[in-house]
Amino acid sequence: MSIDVLLQQIVNGLVVGSVYALVALGYTMVYGILQLINFAHGEIVMIGALVALVVTKALTAAGIPPVLALLLAILAAMIVCAIVGVSIERIAYRPLRSAPRLAPLITAIGVSIFLQQVAILVFGRNYFTFPEIIPKSPINIGPITVTANEIVILITSVSLMAGLLWLVNKTKIGTAMRATAEDQKVAGLMGIDINKIIAITFAIGSGLGAVAGVMVASNYGQAHYYMGFMLGLKAFTAAVMGGIGNLWGAVAGGLILGLVENVGLIFVRGDYKDIFAFVVLVLVLIFRPQGLIGEKVAERA
Amino acid sequence: MSATLEVKQLEVAYGGIKAIKKIDFHVNEGELVTLIGANGAGKSSTLRALSGLIKPVGGKVTYKGQDITGVPSHALVGLGIALCPEGRGVFKRLDVHENLLMGAFARNDKAQIMREVDEIYGMIPRLKERTKQLAGTLSGGEQQMLAIGRAMLAQPKLLMLDEPSMGLAPLMVEKIFEIIRLIAKRGTTILLIEQNAQLALEHASRGYVLESGEIKMTGEAKALLADPRVKEAYLGG
Repeated sequence: MSIDVLLQQIVNGLVVGSVYALVALGYTMVYGILQLINFAHGEIVMIGALVALVVTKALTAAGIPPVLALLLAILAAMIVCAIVGVSIERIAYRPLRSAPRLAPLITAIGVSIFLQQVAILVFGRNYFTFPEIIPKSPINIGPITVTANEIVILITSVSLMAGLLWLVNKTKIGTAMRATAEDQKVAGLMGIDINKIIAITFAIGSGLGAVAGVMVASNYGQAHYYMGFMLGLKAFTAAVMGGIGNLWGAVAGGLILGLVENVGLIFVRGDYKDIFAFVVLVLVLIFRPQGLIGEKVAERA
Repeated sequence: MSATLEVKQLEVAYGGIKAIKKIDFHVNEGELVTLIGANGAGKSSTLRALSGLIKPVGGKVTYKGQDITGVPSHALVGLGIALCPEGRGVFKRLDVHENLLMGAFARNDKAQIMREVDEIYGMIPRLKERTKQLAGTLSGGEQQMLAIGRAMLAQPKLLMLDEPSMGLAPLMVEKIFEIIRLIAKRGTTILLIEQNAQLALEHASRGYVLESGEIKMTGEAKALLADPRVKEAYLGG
Protein backbone atom coordinates (compact mmCIF):
# COMPACT_ATOMS: atom_id res chain seq x y z
CA MET A 1 0.00 0.00 0.00
CA SER A 2 1.45 3.30 -0.96
CA ILE A 3 1.02 6.36 1.18
CA ASP A 4 -0.48 8.17 -1.80
CA VAL A 5 -3.35 5.72 -2.02
CA LEU A 6 -3.96 6.08 1.70
CA LEU A 7 -4.01 9.88 1.45
CA GLN A 8 -6.40 9.70 -1.47
CA GLN A 9 -8.76 7.42 0.42
CA ILE A 10 -8.64 9.70 3.46
CA VAL A 11 -9.75 12.61 1.31
CA ASN A 12 -12.52 10.55 -0.28
CA GLY A 13 -13.51 9.38 3.18
CA LEU A 14 -13.79 12.92 4.50
CA VAL A 15 -16.02 13.94 1.60
CA VAL A 16 -18.39 11.01 2.02
CA GLY A 17 -18.11 11.22 5.79
CA SER A 18 -19.17 14.84 5.87
CA VAL A 19 -22.36 13.85 4.04
CA TYR A 20 -22.96 11.01 6.51
CA ALA A 21 -22.43 13.52 9.29
CA LEU A 22 -25.07 15.89 7.90
CA VAL A 23 -27.60 13.09 7.74
CA ALA A 24 -26.54 11.73 11.13
CA LEU A 25 -27.25 15.15 12.65
CA GLY A 26 -30.88 14.77 11.60
CA TYR A 27 -31.15 11.44 13.41
CA THR A 28 -29.39 12.65 16.49
CA MET A 29 -31.34 15.92 16.83
CA VAL A 30 -34.67 14.13 16.74
CA TYR A 31 -33.40 11.44 19.08
CA GLY A 32 -32.08 14.05 21.49
CA ILE A 33 -35.45 15.71 21.79
CA LEU A 34 -37.91 12.81 21.44
CA GLN A 35 -35.81 9.67 22.09
CA LEU A 36 -37.14 8.51 18.75
CA ILE A 37 -35.13 6.93 15.93
CA ASN A 38 -36.70 8.63 12.94
CA PHE A 39 -36.11 5.87 10.41
CA ALA A 40 -37.87 7.95 7.78
CA HIS A 41 -34.97 10.40 7.79
CA GLY A 42 -33.17 8.53 5.00
CA GLU A 43 -36.25 8.98 2.84
CA ILE A 44 -36.19 12.71 3.53
CA VAL A 45 -32.69 12.74 2.08
CA MET A 46 -33.96 10.87 -0.99
CA ILE A 47 -36.85 13.30 -1.44
CA GLY A 48 -34.39 16.18 -1.19
CA ALA A 49 -32.27 14.71 -3.97
CA LEU A 50 -35.23 14.02 -6.28
CA VAL A 51 -36.87 17.40 -5.73
CA ALA A 52 -33.56 19.14 -6.41
CA LEU A 53 -33.10 17.04 -9.53
CA VAL A 54 -36.52 17.89 -10.95
CA VAL A 55 -36.20 21.58 -10.11
CA THR A 56 -32.67 21.82 -11.53
CA LYS A 57 -33.76 20.22 -14.78
CA ALA A 58 -36.82 22.44 -15.07
CA LEU A 59 -34.89 25.63 -14.35
CA THR A 60 -31.98 24.87 -16.66
CA ALA A 61 -34.48 23.99 -19.38
CA ALA A 62 -36.04 27.41 -18.79
CA GLY A 63 -32.68 28.98 -19.51
CA ILE A 64 -31.57 29.83 -16.01
CA PRO A 65 -27.79 29.51 -15.52
CA PRO A 66 -26.98 26.05 -14.11
CA VAL A 67 -25.28 27.15 -10.88
CA LEU A 68 -28.16 29.47 -10.01
CA ALA A 69 -30.59 26.72 -10.95
CA LEU A 70 -28.81 24.33 -8.60
CA LEU A 71 -28.88 26.83 -5.74
CA LEU A 72 -32.60 27.45 -6.22
CA ALA A 73 -33.15 23.70 -6.47
CA ILE A 74 -31.36 23.12 -3.17
CA LEU A 75 -33.48 25.82 -1.57
CA ALA A 76 -36.64 24.22 -2.95
CA ALA A 77 -35.49 20.79 -1.72
CA MET A 78 -34.84 22.18 1.76
CA ILE A 79 -38.28 23.75 1.93
CA VAL A 80 -40.06 20.63 0.67
CA CYS A 81 -38.12 18.40 3.05
CA ALA A 82 -38.73 20.71 6.00
CA ILE A 83 -42.45 20.59 5.27
CA VAL A 84 -42.41 16.81 4.88
CA GLY A 85 -40.38 16.40 8.08
CA VAL A 86 -42.66 18.64 10.12
CA SER A 87 -45.75 16.92 8.70
CA ILE A 88 -44.41 13.47 9.58
CA GLU A 89 -43.92 14.60 13.15
CA ARG A 90 -47.33 16.20 13.33
CA ILE A 91 -49.27 13.35 11.72
CA ALA A 92 -47.36 10.20 12.61
CA TYR A 93 -45.26 10.81 15.71
CA ARG A 94 -47.05 13.39 17.85
CA PRO A 95 -50.12 11.24 18.52
CA LEU A 96 -47.75 8.55 19.80
CA ARG A 97 -45.68 10.77 22.02
CA SER A 98 -46.78 9.12 25.23
CA ALA A 99 -47.08 5.63 23.72
CA PRO A 100 -44.57 2.88 24.50
CA ARG A 101 -41.37 3.50 22.59
CA LEU A 102 -41.80 0.56 20.25
CA ALA A 103 -44.92 2.13 18.69
CA PRO A 104 -43.26 5.27 17.26
CA LEU A 105 -40.28 3.18 16.16
CA ILE A 106 -42.48 0.86 14.09
CA THR A 107 -44.39 3.90 12.84
CA ALA A 108 -41.11 5.41 11.70
CA ILE A 109 -40.37 2.31 9.63
CA GLY A 110 -43.89 2.54 8.22
CA VAL A 111 -43.43 6.20 7.33
CA SER A 112 -40.16 5.30 5.63
CA ILE A 113 -41.86 2.72 3.40
CA PHE A 114 -44.73 5.11 2.78
CA LEU A 115 -42.38 7.86 1.60
CA GLN A 116 -40.60 5.46 -0.74
CA GLN A 117 -43.91 4.53 -2.31
CA VAL A 118 -44.90 8.18 -2.63
CA ALA A 119 -41.57 8.85 -4.32
CA ILE A 120 -42.27 6.04 -6.81
CA LEU A 121 -45.67 7.56 -7.54
CA VAL A 122 -44.33 11.07 -7.98
CA PHE A 123 -40.95 10.47 -9.61
CA GLY A 124 -41.12 6.89 -10.86
CA ARG A 125 -38.81 3.91 -10.34
CA ASN A 126 -36.10 5.11 -12.69
CA TYR A 127 -32.53 5.82 -11.84
CA PHE A 128 -32.14 9.46 -12.80
CA THR A 129 -28.91 11.03 -13.91
CA PHE A 130 -28.08 14.02 -11.78
CA PRO A 131 -26.67 16.77 -14.02
CA GLU A 132 -23.02 17.65 -13.55
CA ILE A 133 -23.19 21.32 -12.67
CA ILE A 134 -20.14 21.74 -10.51
CA PRO A 135 -17.35 20.18 -12.57
CA LYS A 136 -16.12 16.74 -11.66
CA SER A 137 -12.97 16.91 -13.72
CA PRO A 138 -10.04 15.85 -11.56
CA ILE A 139 -7.83 18.47 -9.95
CA ASN A 140 -4.44 17.25 -8.78
CA ILE A 141 -3.13 18.55 -5.49
CA GLY A 142 0.22 16.81 -5.03
CA PRO A 143 -0.49 13.09 -5.02
CA ILE A 144 -4.21 13.58 -4.34
CA THR A 145 -6.97 13.95 -6.89
CA VAL A 146 -10.14 15.82 -6.00
CA THR A 147 -12.97 17.36 -7.96
CA ALA A 148 -14.46 20.82 -7.57
CA ASN A 149 -17.70 19.06 -6.73
CA GLU A 150 -16.06 17.27 -3.80
CA ILE A 151 -14.50 20.47 -2.52
CA VAL A 152 -17.88 22.20 -2.61
CA ILE A 153 -19.48 19.28 -0.76
CA LEU A 154 -16.84 19.39 1.95
CA ILE A 155 -17.01 23.15 2.43
CA THR A 156 -20.81 23.21 2.41
CA SER A 157 -21.12 20.41 4.97
CA VAL A 158 -18.57 21.92 7.27
CA SER A 159 -20.29 25.32 7.13
CA LEU A 160 -23.72 23.80 7.71
CA MET A 161 -22.47 21.79 10.66
CA ALA A 162 -20.73 24.82 12.15
CA GLY A 163 -23.93 26.80 11.65
CA LEU A 164 -26.01 24.16 13.39
CA LEU A 165 -23.63 23.88 16.33
CA TRP A 166 -23.68 27.65 16.67
CA LEU A 167 -27.48 27.73 16.53
CA VAL A 168 -27.90 25.01 19.13
CA ASN A 169 -25.23 26.23 21.53
CA LYS A 170 -25.34 29.98 21.22
CA THR A 171 -28.83 31.15 20.36
CA LYS A 172 -32.00 31.47 22.38
CA ILE A 173 -33.89 29.01 20.19
CA GLY A 174 -30.99 26.54 20.43
CA THR A 175 -30.90 26.83 24.21
CA ALA A 176 -34.65 26.20 24.22
CA MET A 177 -34.04 23.10 22.08
CA ARG A 178 -31.53 21.79 24.58
CA ALA A 179 -33.85 22.64 27.45
CA THR A 180 -36.74 20.82 25.75
CA ALA A 181 -34.50 17.83 25.07
CA GLU A 182 -33.68 17.63 28.74
CA ASP A 183 -37.10 18.17 30.32
CA GLN A 184 -40.19 18.94 28.26
CA LYS A 185 -42.37 19.60 31.29
CA VAL A 186 -40.10 22.19 32.82
CA ALA A 187 -39.42 23.71 29.39
CA GLY A 188 -43.18 24.26 29.14
CA LEU A 189 -43.14 26.03 32.49
CA MET A 190 -40.60 28.45 31.07
CA GLY A 191 -43.11 29.45 28.41
CA ILE A 192 -41.43 27.36 25.74
CA ASP A 193 -43.97 25.87 23.34
CA ILE A 194 -42.42 22.43 23.07
CA ASN A 195 -44.47 21.44 20.04
CA LYS A 196 -43.01 24.40 18.21
CA ILE A 197 -39.48 23.49 19.29
CA ILE A 198 -39.99 19.90 18.16
CA ALA A 199 -41.34 21.12 14.81
CA ILE A 200 -38.31 23.40 14.40
CA THR A 201 -36.02 20.48 15.17
CA PHE A 202 -37.65 18.37 12.47
CA ALA A 203 -37.52 21.26 10.02
CA ILE A 204 -33.80 21.88 10.57
CA GLY A 205 -32.88 18.19 10.50
CA SER A 206 -34.87 17.67 7.31
CA GLY A 207 -33.40 20.77 5.69
CA LEU A 208 -29.89 19.47 6.36
CA GLY A 209 -30.98 16.09 5.03
CA ALA A 210 -32.16 17.72 1.82
CA VAL A 211 -28.76 19.30 1.24
CA ALA A 212 -27.08 15.97 1.97
CA GLY A 213 -29.37 14.34 -0.59
CA VAL A 214 -28.28 16.79 -3.27
CA MET A 215 -24.64 16.17 -2.34
CA VAL A 216 -24.94 12.42 -2.66
CA ALA A 217 -26.85 12.68 -5.94
CA SER A 218 -24.31 15.09 -7.44
CA ASN A 219 -21.36 13.08 -6.16
CA TYR A 220 -22.53 9.77 -7.63
CA GLY A 221 -24.30 11.44 -10.52
CA GLN A 222 -27.60 9.73 -9.89
CA ALA A 223 -30.74 9.79 -7.79
CA HIS A 224 -33.49 7.20 -7.26
CA TYR A 225 -36.32 6.39 -4.89
CA TYR A 226 -34.27 3.83 -2.97
CA MET A 227 -31.14 5.90 -2.36
CA GLY A 228 -32.23 6.97 1.11
CA PHE A 229 -32.30 3.47 2.53
CA MET A 230 -28.63 2.56 2.70
CA LEU A 231 -27.57 6.13 3.27
CA GLY A 232 -30.03 6.42 6.14
CA LEU A 233 -28.79 3.22 7.74
CA LYS A 234 -25.20 4.35 7.47
CA ALA A 235 -25.93 7.77 8.90
CA PHE A 236 -27.86 6.11 11.70
CA THR A 237 -24.79 3.96 12.33
CA ALA A 238 -22.68 7.10 12.40
CA ALA A 239 -25.03 8.71 14.92
CA VAL A 240 -24.95 5.62 17.16
CA MET A 241 -21.19 5.39 16.83
CA GLY A 242 -20.75 8.99 17.93
CA GLY A 243 -23.29 8.67 20.75
CA ILE A 244 -26.85 9.26 19.67
CA GLY A 245 -28.34 12.50 20.95
CA ASN A 246 -24.97 14.24 20.81
CA LEU A 247 -24.35 16.66 17.92
CA TRP A 248 -20.56 16.46 18.06
CA GLY A 249 -20.93 12.70 18.20
CA ALA A 250 -22.89 12.70 14.94
CA VAL A 251 -20.21 14.82 13.27
CA ALA A 252 -17.39 12.61 14.55
CA GLY A 253 -19.31 9.41 13.79
CA GLY A 254 -20.04 10.49 10.23
CA LEU A 255 -16.46 11.42 9.48
CA ILE A 256 -15.06 8.27 11.08
CA LEU A 257 -17.49 6.07 9.18
CA GLY A 258 -16.58 7.74 5.91
CA LEU A 259 -12.88 7.23 6.65
CA VAL A 260 -13.26 3.60 7.72
CA GLU A 261 -15.23 2.79 4.59
CA ASN A 262 -12.86 4.43 2.18
CA VAL A 263 -9.62 3.39 3.80
CA GLY A 264 -11.09 -0.10 4.06
CA LEU A 265 -11.54 -0.08 0.31
CA ILE A 266 -7.77 -0.34 -0.04
CA PHE A 267 -8.02 -3.87 1.32
CA VAL A 268 -11.25 -5.26 -0.10
CA ARG A 269 -13.20 -5.11 -3.32
CA GLY A 270 -15.62 -2.23 -3.85
CA ASP A 271 -18.70 -4.45 -3.65
CA TYR A 272 -17.94 -5.10 0.02
CA LYS A 273 -17.79 -1.45 0.92
CA ASP A 274 -21.11 -1.44 2.74
CA ILE A 275 -19.94 -4.14 5.12
CA PHE A 276 -17.75 -1.72 7.03
CA ALA A 277 -20.59 0.43 8.30
CA PHE A 278 -22.34 -2.50 9.84
CA VAL A 279 -19.24 -4.15 11.25
CA VAL A 280 -18.58 -0.82 12.92
CA LEU A 281 -22.17 -0.66 14.20
CA VAL A 282 -21.94 -4.14 15.72
CA LEU A 283 -18.58 -3.40 17.32
CA VAL A 284 -19.80 -0.13 18.80
CA LEU A 285 -22.95 -1.74 20.15
CA ILE A 286 -20.89 -4.48 21.78
CA PHE A 287 -18.03 -2.46 23.19
CA ARG A 288 -19.28 1.07 23.62
CA PRO A 289 -23.07 1.21 23.36
CA GLN A 290 -23.20 4.80 24.59
CA GLY A 291 -21.09 5.84 21.59
CA LEU A 292 -17.66 7.40 21.30
CA ILE A 293 -18.77 10.67 22.86
CA GLY A 294 -21.01 9.40 25.61
CA GLU A 295 -23.69 11.86 26.69
CA LYS A 296 -22.23 14.18 29.25
CA VAL A 297 -24.75 14.07 32.02
CA ALA A 298 -23.80 15.69 35.25
CA GLU A 299 -26.08 14.81 38.08
CA ARG A 300 -25.81 15.61 41.71
CA ALA A 301 -28.08 16.11 44.68
CA MET B 1 -61.59 43.60 43.79
CA SER B 2 -60.91 40.05 42.79
CA ALA B 3 -58.09 38.04 44.23
CA THR B 4 -54.90 37.47 42.22
CA LEU B 5 -55.53 33.76 42.32
CA GLU B 6 -58.88 32.23 43.09
CA VAL B 7 -59.46 28.49 43.21
CA LYS B 8 -63.01 27.22 43.41
CA GLN B 9 -64.15 23.64 43.89
CA LEU B 10 -60.97 22.31 42.34
CA GLU B 11 -60.98 18.57 41.75
CA VAL B 12 -58.04 16.49 40.57
CA ALA B 13 -58.15 12.77 39.94
CA TYR B 14 -55.66 10.21 38.74
CA GLY B 15 -57.61 7.53 36.90
CA GLY B 16 -60.68 7.64 39.11
CA ILE B 17 -58.79 8.14 42.36
CA LYS B 18 -59.52 11.61 43.69
CA ALA B 19 -56.38 13.38 44.85
CA ILE B 20 -58.06 16.76 45.39
CA LYS B 21 -61.66 16.95 46.53
CA LYS B 22 -63.31 20.26 45.71
CA ILE B 23 -61.02 22.68 47.45
CA ASP B 24 -61.37 26.46 47.65
CA PHE B 25 -58.65 28.95 48.37
CA HIS B 26 -57.41 32.29 47.17
CA VAL B 27 -54.34 34.47 47.18
CA ASN B 28 -54.69 38.26 47.28
CA GLU B 29 -52.33 40.64 45.56
CA GLY B 30 -49.02 41.03 47.40
CA GLU B 31 -49.75 38.21 49.79
CA LEU B 32 -47.53 35.27 50.65
CA VAL B 33 -49.93 32.41 51.17
CA THR B 34 -48.84 28.93 52.07
CA LEU B 35 -50.46 25.59 51.45
CA ILE B 36 -49.12 23.12 53.97
CA GLY B 37 -49.76 19.46 54.46
CA ALA B 38 -48.12 16.10 54.87
CA ASN B 39 -46.71 13.97 52.10
CA GLY B 40 -49.51 12.83 49.82
CA ALA B 41 -51.99 15.39 51.10
CA GLY B 42 -52.42 16.69 47.55
CA LYS B 43 -50.20 19.76 47.62
CA SER B 44 -48.32 18.99 44.46
CA SER B 45 -51.45 17.80 42.66
CA THR B 46 -53.02 21.15 43.41
CA LEU B 47 -50.05 23.00 42.03
CA ARG B 48 -49.84 20.79 38.97
CA ALA B 49 -53.47 21.56 38.21
CA LEU B 50 -52.94 25.29 38.71
CA SER B 51 -49.93 25.35 36.43
CA GLY B 52 -51.50 23.46 33.56
CA LEU B 53 -49.38 20.35 33.93
CA ILE B 54 -52.51 18.26 34.49
CA LYS B 55 -56.11 19.02 33.69
CA PRO B 56 -58.42 19.22 36.68
CA VAL B 57 -61.60 17.12 36.48
CA GLY B 58 -63.66 19.86 38.03
CA GLY B 59 -63.63 23.34 39.45
CA LYS B 60 -62.41 26.68 38.28
CA VAL B 61 -59.18 28.61 38.59
CA THR B 62 -59.17 32.34 37.95
CA TYR B 63 -56.21 34.65 37.81
CA LYS B 64 -57.04 38.34 38.11
CA GLY B 65 -60.58 37.53 37.14
CA GLN B 66 -59.55 35.56 34.06
CA ASP B 67 -60.44 31.88 33.79
CA ILE B 68 -57.20 29.91 33.50
CA THR B 69 -58.55 26.43 34.21
CA GLY B 70 -56.64 23.93 32.12
CA VAL B 71 -54.58 26.55 30.25
CA PRO B 72 -51.31 24.84 29.15
CA SER B 73 -48.27 25.73 31.20
CA HIS B 74 -46.40 27.54 28.44
CA ALA B 75 -49.30 29.97 28.02
CA LEU B 76 -49.40 30.89 31.72
CA VAL B 77 -45.98 32.48 31.67
CA GLY B 78 -47.21 35.24 29.40
CA LEU B 79 -49.99 36.03 31.85
CA GLY B 80 -47.50 36.57 34.65
CA ILE B 81 -47.60 33.23 36.43
CA ALA B 82 -44.40 31.32 37.12
CA LEU B 83 -43.99 27.97 38.77
CA CYS B 84 -40.86 26.83 40.47
CA PRO B 85 -41.37 23.08 40.23
CA GLU B 86 -40.92 20.41 42.84
CA GLY B 87 -37.47 18.87 42.75
CA ARG B 88 -36.20 22.17 41.34
CA GLY B 89 -36.21 21.09 37.69
CA VAL B 90 -33.18 23.05 36.62
CA PHE B 91 -31.80 22.12 33.22
CA LYS B 92 -28.79 20.12 34.35
CA ARG B 93 -27.04 20.20 30.99
CA LEU B 94 -27.41 23.96 30.61
CA ASP B 95 -25.15 26.31 32.48
CA VAL B 96 -26.39 28.63 35.20
CA HIS B 97 -26.63 31.62 32.91
CA GLU B 98 -28.54 29.70 30.23
CA ASN B 99 -30.94 28.41 32.87
CA LEU B 100 -31.69 31.96 33.95
CA LEU B 101 -32.20 33.06 30.36
CA MET B 102 -34.68 30.24 29.81
CA GLY B 103 -36.73 31.77 32.60
CA ALA B 104 -37.07 34.84 30.39
CA PHE B 105 -37.87 32.80 27.28
CA ALA B 106 -41.24 34.43 26.69
CA ARG B 107 -39.74 37.94 26.83
CA ASN B 108 -37.96 39.93 24.15
CA ASP B 109 -36.61 42.96 26.04
CA LYS B 110 -33.01 41.83 26.01
CA ALA B 111 -31.46 44.79 27.79
CA GLN B 112 -33.97 44.64 30.62
CA ILE B 113 -33.50 40.87 30.91
CA MET B 114 -29.76 41.37 31.32
CA ARG B 115 -30.37 43.98 34.02
CA GLU B 116 -32.61 41.54 35.84
CA VAL B 117 -30.11 38.71 35.49
CA ASP B 118 -27.60 40.99 37.19
CA GLU B 119 -30.15 41.75 39.88
CA ILE B 120 -30.59 38.03 40.50
CA TYR B 121 -26.82 37.66 40.71
CA GLY B 122 -26.80 40.50 43.20
CA MET B 123 -29.50 38.84 45.26
CA ILE B 124 -27.93 35.36 45.00
CA PRO B 125 -24.15 35.84 44.75
CA ARG B 126 -23.59 32.07 44.69
CA LEU B 127 -25.04 31.95 41.22
CA LYS B 128 -22.81 34.70 39.97
CA GLU B 129 -19.74 32.71 40.99
CA ARG B 130 -21.03 29.81 38.92
CA THR B 131 -22.47 31.42 35.78
CA LYS B 132 -20.65 29.14 33.33
CA GLN B 133 -21.05 25.99 35.39
CA LEU B 134 -23.51 23.31 34.28
CA ALA B 135 -26.51 23.38 36.58
CA GLY B 136 -26.16 19.64 37.16
CA THR B 137 -22.90 20.25 39.00
CA LEU B 138 -24.49 22.60 41.56
CA SER B 139 -25.48 21.45 45.02
CA GLY B 140 -29.16 20.90 45.74
CA GLY B 141 -29.47 24.24 47.51
CA GLU B 142 -27.77 26.08 44.69
CA GLN B 143 -30.08 24.39 42.22
CA GLN B 144 -33.06 25.57 44.23
CA MET B 145 -31.70 29.11 44.25
CA LEU B 146 -31.22 28.87 40.51
CA ALA B 147 -34.77 27.56 40.02
CA ILE B 148 -36.18 30.49 41.99
CA GLY B 149 -34.00 33.00 40.17
CA ARG B 150 -35.05 31.50 36.86
CA ALA B 151 -38.73 31.75 37.79
CA MET B 152 -38.22 35.41 38.72
CA LEU B 153 -36.92 36.18 35.26
CA ALA B 154 -40.37 35.51 33.88
CA GLN B 155 -41.34 38.71 35.75
CA PRO B 156 -44.16 36.89 37.48
CA LYS B 157 -46.96 38.71 39.20
CA LEU B 158 -47.71 35.41 40.84
CA LEU B 159 -44.92 33.05 41.83
CA MET B 160 -45.80 29.52 42.82
CA LEU B 161 -43.15 27.59 44.72
CA ASP B 162 -43.41 23.83 45.11
CA GLU B 163 -41.55 22.50 48.16
CA PRO B 164 -38.50 24.74 47.94
CA SER B 165 -37.05 23.28 51.13
CA MET B 166 -37.26 19.67 50.03
CA GLY B 167 -34.13 17.64 50.63
CA LEU B 168 -32.01 20.57 51.73
CA ALA B 169 -29.86 21.04 54.80
CA PRO B 170 -31.35 23.38 57.44
CA LEU B 171 -28.78 26.08 56.79
CA MET B 172 -29.58 26.05 53.09
CA VAL B 173 -33.31 26.09 53.82
CA GLU B 174 -32.80 29.28 55.80
CA LYS B 175 -31.05 30.85 52.84
CA ILE B 176 -33.80 29.82 50.45
CA PHE B 177 -36.44 31.33 52.68
CA GLU B 178 -34.43 34.50 52.96
CA ILE B 179 -34.60 34.76 49.17
CA ILE B 180 -38.33 34.06 49.21
CA ARG B 181 -38.81 36.81 51.79
CA LEU B 182 -36.87 39.25 49.60
CA ILE B 183 -39.06 38.41 46.63
CA ALA B 184 -42.22 38.84 48.67
CA LYS B 185 -40.98 42.19 49.94
CA ARG B 186 -40.63 43.40 46.37
CA GLY B 187 -44.34 42.92 45.95
CA THR B 188 -44.55 39.61 44.10
CA THR B 189 -47.58 37.58 45.11
CA ILE B 190 -46.47 34.15 46.26
CA LEU B 191 -48.18 30.82 46.69
CA LEU B 192 -45.87 28.60 48.70
CA ILE B 193 -46.41 24.88 48.91
CA GLU B 194 -44.47 23.44 51.81
CA GLN B 195 -44.07 20.37 53.92
CA ASN B 196 -41.99 22.31 56.41
CA ALA B 197 -45.04 23.89 58.06
CA GLN B 198 -43.11 25.76 60.72
CA LEU B 199 -40.96 27.69 58.30
CA ALA B 200 -43.74 28.25 55.82
CA LEU B 201 -46.10 29.68 58.43
CA GLU B 202 -43.37 31.85 59.89
CA HIS B 203 -42.97 33.55 56.54
CA ALA B 204 -46.51 33.57 55.22
CA SER B 205 -49.36 35.94 56.00
CA ARG B 206 -52.05 33.30 55.63
CA GLY B 207 -52.09 29.55 55.37
CA TYR B 208 -54.22 26.61 54.33
CA VAL B 209 -53.84 23.13 55.75
CA LEU B 210 -54.39 20.39 53.21
CA GLU B 211 -55.18 16.86 54.36
CA SER B 212 -56.18 13.91 52.17
CA GLY B 213 -57.15 16.24 49.36
CA GLU B 214 -59.29 18.56 51.45
CA ILE B 215 -58.66 21.87 53.14
CA LYS B 216 -58.99 21.19 56.83
CA MET B 217 -58.01 24.55 58.28
CA THR B 218 -57.28 28.05 57.20
CA GLY B 219 -56.44 31.36 58.76
CA GLU B 220 -53.75 33.86 59.60
CA ALA B 221 -50.35 32.20 59.57
CA LYS B 222 -49.69 33.29 63.16
CA ALA B 223 -52.95 31.83 64.35
CA LEU B 224 -52.23 28.54 62.59
CA LEU B 225 -48.78 28.44 64.13
CA ALA B 226 -50.36 28.72 67.55
CA ASP B 227 -53.19 26.31 66.85
CA PRO B 228 -52.75 23.15 68.93
CA ARG B 229 -54.09 20.91 66.15
CA VAL B 230 -51.59 22.27 63.66
CA LYS B 231 -48.88 22.04 66.26
CA GLU B 232 -49.59 18.44 66.93
CA ALA B 233 -49.96 17.31 63.34
CA TYR B 234 -47.31 19.38 61.56
CA LEU B 235 -45.03 21.10 63.97
CA GLY B 236 -43.92 18.10 65.94
CA GLY B 237 -46.11 18.78 69.00
